[in-house]
Amino acid sequence: MQISVFRSLAIIAVVAGTIFFTRLFPFLFFPPGKEIPPMVQYLGKVLPPAVIGMLVIYCLKEVQLTAYPYGIPEAVSVLAVVLLHLWKRNNLLSIGAGTVLYMFLVQAVFTA
Amino acid sequence: MLEGTADNNMGGTGYAEDEEMSDRIKIRKNSGYAAAFRAAFPHTIPVLTGYLFIGMAFGVMIQEKGYNFLWAMLMSLFCYAGSGQYLAVNFFVPGVSFLQMIFMEFMVNIRHIFYGLSLLERFSKMGKKRWYMIFSLTDETYSLLYITKTPEGVDESKFLFALAALDQSYWILGSGIGALLGEWLPFDGTGIDFAMTALFVVILVEQWMEEKNRPYELIGLGCGLLCLLIFGAENFILPTMLLMMTVLLSGKRFFMEEKEEERHAD
Repeated sequence: MQISVFRSLAIIAVVAGTIFFTRLFPFLFFPPGKEIPPMVQYLGKVLPPAVIGMLVIYCLKEVQLTAYPYGIPEAVSVLAVVLLHLWKRNNLLSIGAGTVLYMFLVQAVFTA
Repeated sequence: MLEGTADNNMGGTGYAEDEEMSDRIKIRKNSGYAAAFRAAFPHTIPVLTGYLFIGMAFGVMIQEKGYNFLWAMLMSLFCYAGSGQYLAVNFFVPGVSFLQMIFMEFMVNIRHIFYGLSLLERFSKMGKKRWYMIFSLTDETYSLLYITKTPEGVDESKFLFALAALDQSYWILGSGIGALLGEWLPFDGTGIDFAMTALFVVILVEQWMEEKNRPYELIGLGCGLLCLLIFGAENFILPTMLLMMTVLLSGKRFFMEEKEEERHAD
């Protein structure tokens, strides 16, 4: 630890407060009992599947396609997860095997 | 569930023979939280896998800064965010101002601002529990709440609470294990955070099987990719959210008509 216990606790409090605020935000605007505009209701319905698409991109945002290893470990592992899941439809297997494969690829195959 | 309660209230008189067996059924039906947690558990298994891995990755990282497993678990208890906690690891050194921390955390978690929009109604029926639901609204729990339907006979608000609480328990557990592992048997955890990617890919595939989700998933993928190319990895989430909402809102009529057609086809 390079900083004091007190400061460490303060950092945790600040981080926790900021994250909670981002999640609380829409509930401040629409407290229970207040009518929710149809536009917001519609967004609430269609946003979740779109967000999942965005989150997949978000997870892969650091991938560099123009430099070694050209995103090959990510592409191979994502493909493995998709195929495994289409084949067995077992969450544990898809996630576990995909992660182990990726770790193997970045640690043992595509070494810098 | 209502039936079970009524039965129980009438008391145990008169039904001597099958008392024991029906009692067991009653207990199962009436113990609201136990039933909710039991029903919720299988649905949380994908998050269990993902959170143990990425929680462990966080534990390893924070341990390297000199914080033991208790610190790791404390942080997972109060902060509870994947990328938010990864980022926060960098704050435990001299020279980072609190204002900087707030700004960076806000930018990393800005997508959460929009998640509640899908859950306003569901959470408003949950009484005091809604505060915990809002606090625990991570990417994974959000996705889970969206794809999971409350089984019959289980109280919905207890069921949703159980999903959220189980998820967080995995996260806390994973971060503790990671910190201990990092201390006792150093291992190369490079790439372990791919578990998060794999988790979302699995959810994407699961949703893809329901045809009605496909256009929205494609919009999310497309907007994300486009904004990533334009704004770069650090700043693309807010533009992506705004672009997605613009596309979804301007296409509202089109999407709603499509839904109508589907309903007619059924």
